[in-house]
Amino acid sequence: MATQIQKLKPAIAPPRPSARRPGALRGARREGIFGFLMISPAVVFVAIFTFIPIIASLVLSFVSWDVITPPKFVGLANYAQLAQDQSVLRSFGVTLVLAVAIVVLQLVLGLGLAVLVNQRKHAWSKAFFRTTFYLPLLASTAAVSIFMGYMFDAKFGVINYYLNLLGVPSVPWLTSPVGAMVTIVAVTVWQQVGFTFVMFVAALMSVPREVLEAAAIDGAGPMRTLFRVKIPLISPSILFASVVAMINAMQLFDQPYIMTKGGPGTATTTATITMYQSGFENLQFGYASAIAIVLLLIILAITGLQFIAARKLVFYQ
Amino acid sequence: MTIQVTAGRRPAFKMGSLIGIVVLVIAAVFALGPLLWTLTTSLRTPAEAFTNPPGWLPLQPDFSNYSAVFSQIPIGQFFFNSTIVTVLIVAGQTITCTLSGYAFAMVQFPAKNTIFAMFLATMMVPLQTIIIPVFVIVNALGFSDNLASLIIPALGSAFGTFLMRQYFMQMPRELGEAARIDGASHFQVFRLVYARMASPAVATLAILNFSGFWAEFYRPLIFLRSQDNFTLPLGLVGLQGNLGTGSISVVLAGVVLAMIPSVLLFIFAQRYFIEGVTAGSFR
Repeated sequence: MATQIQKLKPAIAPPRPSARRPGALRGARREGIFGFLMISPAVVFVAIFTFIPIIASLVLSFVSWDVITPPKFVGLANYAQLAQDQSVLRSFGVTLVLAVAIVVLQLVLGLGLAVLVNQRKHAWSKAFFRTTFYLPLLASTAAVSIFMGYMFDAKFGVINYYLNLLGVPSVPWLTSPVGAMVTIVAVTVWQQVGFTFVMFVAALMSVPREVLEAAAIDGAGPMRTLFRVKIPLISPSILFASVVAMINAMQLFDQPYIMTKGGPGTATTTATITMYQSGFENLQFGYASAIAIVLLLIILAITGLQFIAARKLVFYQ
Repeated sequence: MTIQVTAGRRPAFKMGSLIGIVVLVIAAVFALGPLLWTLTTSLRTPAEAFTNPPGWLPLQPDFSNYSAVFSQIPIGQFFFNSTIVTVLIVAGQTITCTLSGYAFAMVQFPAKNTIFAMFLATMMVPLQTIIIPVFVIVNALGFSDNLASLIIPALGSAFGTFLMRQYFMQMPRELGEAARIDGASHFQVFRLVYARMASPAVATLAILNFSGFWAEFYRPLIFLRSQDNFTLPLGLVGLQGNLGTGSISVVLAGVVLAMIPSVLLFIFAQRYFIEGVTAGSFR
């Protein structure tokens, strides 16, 4: 290698006008233009389809607009209406309950499975379980909602069939308010647990061997090692997983929309479903934007709370 | 090694290991059960589809559902639509995000940090928050009820840019400097030196986009009206709504068909799927 570079050097050294000062300046400018050209395709698309819409959403939340007649500025009227609207407030409550249940189960089950898989000694058994728990993520949420809807059917569904065999009476999964909420949490967790699981497996593999050996020499059993050594060491990953999972769960739409249409009644009508209904069914673009902005603020607040809570709980090396 | 030191604990450890494997096997049954049920039920005759116990082993597979799904709904058209949308978005983002990610990582230009901060800020905002203005813009551009309404807005991505930037940041700067001294232009340095080393990040981004957009339901539901334009998830949900309970096995045949591309891709590129999950955590 070294000889190669030495051979190349004299051949290239003579023609270097850019070493002079004016040339260097021109070079910086040329680099700047190159940089702008490189980012411009991404900037154009992100600006038109993400950045401007964020501002537009905020602006729309202050107007009344039914798409047919021109928009009219109404100040905070949409927000005032929202604060009184029982169905919207209820949908935020439903969203919060479902999201907390989903995230807690996703974290606990994902971590539990990751710890158990991490203890497997053979590479093939690790690979088998990792693939198995990831597989549900390969189906679309729409597909999962379709086949789970059949499986959870109260009369003919396979779930109630096996419960009956175990002596448990049929549960009205999708036709009772609590049953529908439980089903949506179960279906979502079933599909999404692979996400937290894969993250935690990766995190556990990065725990240094020496630390675990030191813990064993000090006489720590498996449980103590788990709670006092492994979990603190992977706590940054747990925080990250909980933030991402919570942001996703607060936007829950596909599963309740497809399986229950938000019902029975409004038992599984999430905030995004009310937003969809007022925006795209009732054509109240201003009001729907206000719901969207409130949802964004709630998500930001929850994320903030998670980071504040993390200050005490998360251990950074 | 650790076991030797704590030899006294050995029997307890073995017991724990046994419980561990039992729990894992039960979890695996729960994870695979619904997928297996879907597959085997799609291979039963429509008449038996909803009878219990389910036929866990398709001893006499009946493939009529798979031909029925093509004759009853335009699933071929749905496949075509989903393929067009997914392929063009994956290709588009690969180009735009590789270019911008490289520039943010390796090139000096004015206001770079400000623009990048604005990119990062948009990453926090959920799709639901911006869907109404995007819908208005898409209609104004004349893309309503058109596959372009799904493709064009997704051609750039702040997250994709961020992912590619993180990857380019780890690459040694000396390589580019050496190539510059040798007379390569800025674009040649990018194309001949760095872009070639970026294929793992490109693969991760492509897989993430493939799984996201192949499965997407929300935007198609809002942007598409006529059945001929439906993508697979939207078409399948429509199929479920249109048909009576007798044709469950036909719907499930459609569900299985829609999963095949993802499963094939997963078999060949599993590593990048896993990478995609953890990609965001390296902040």
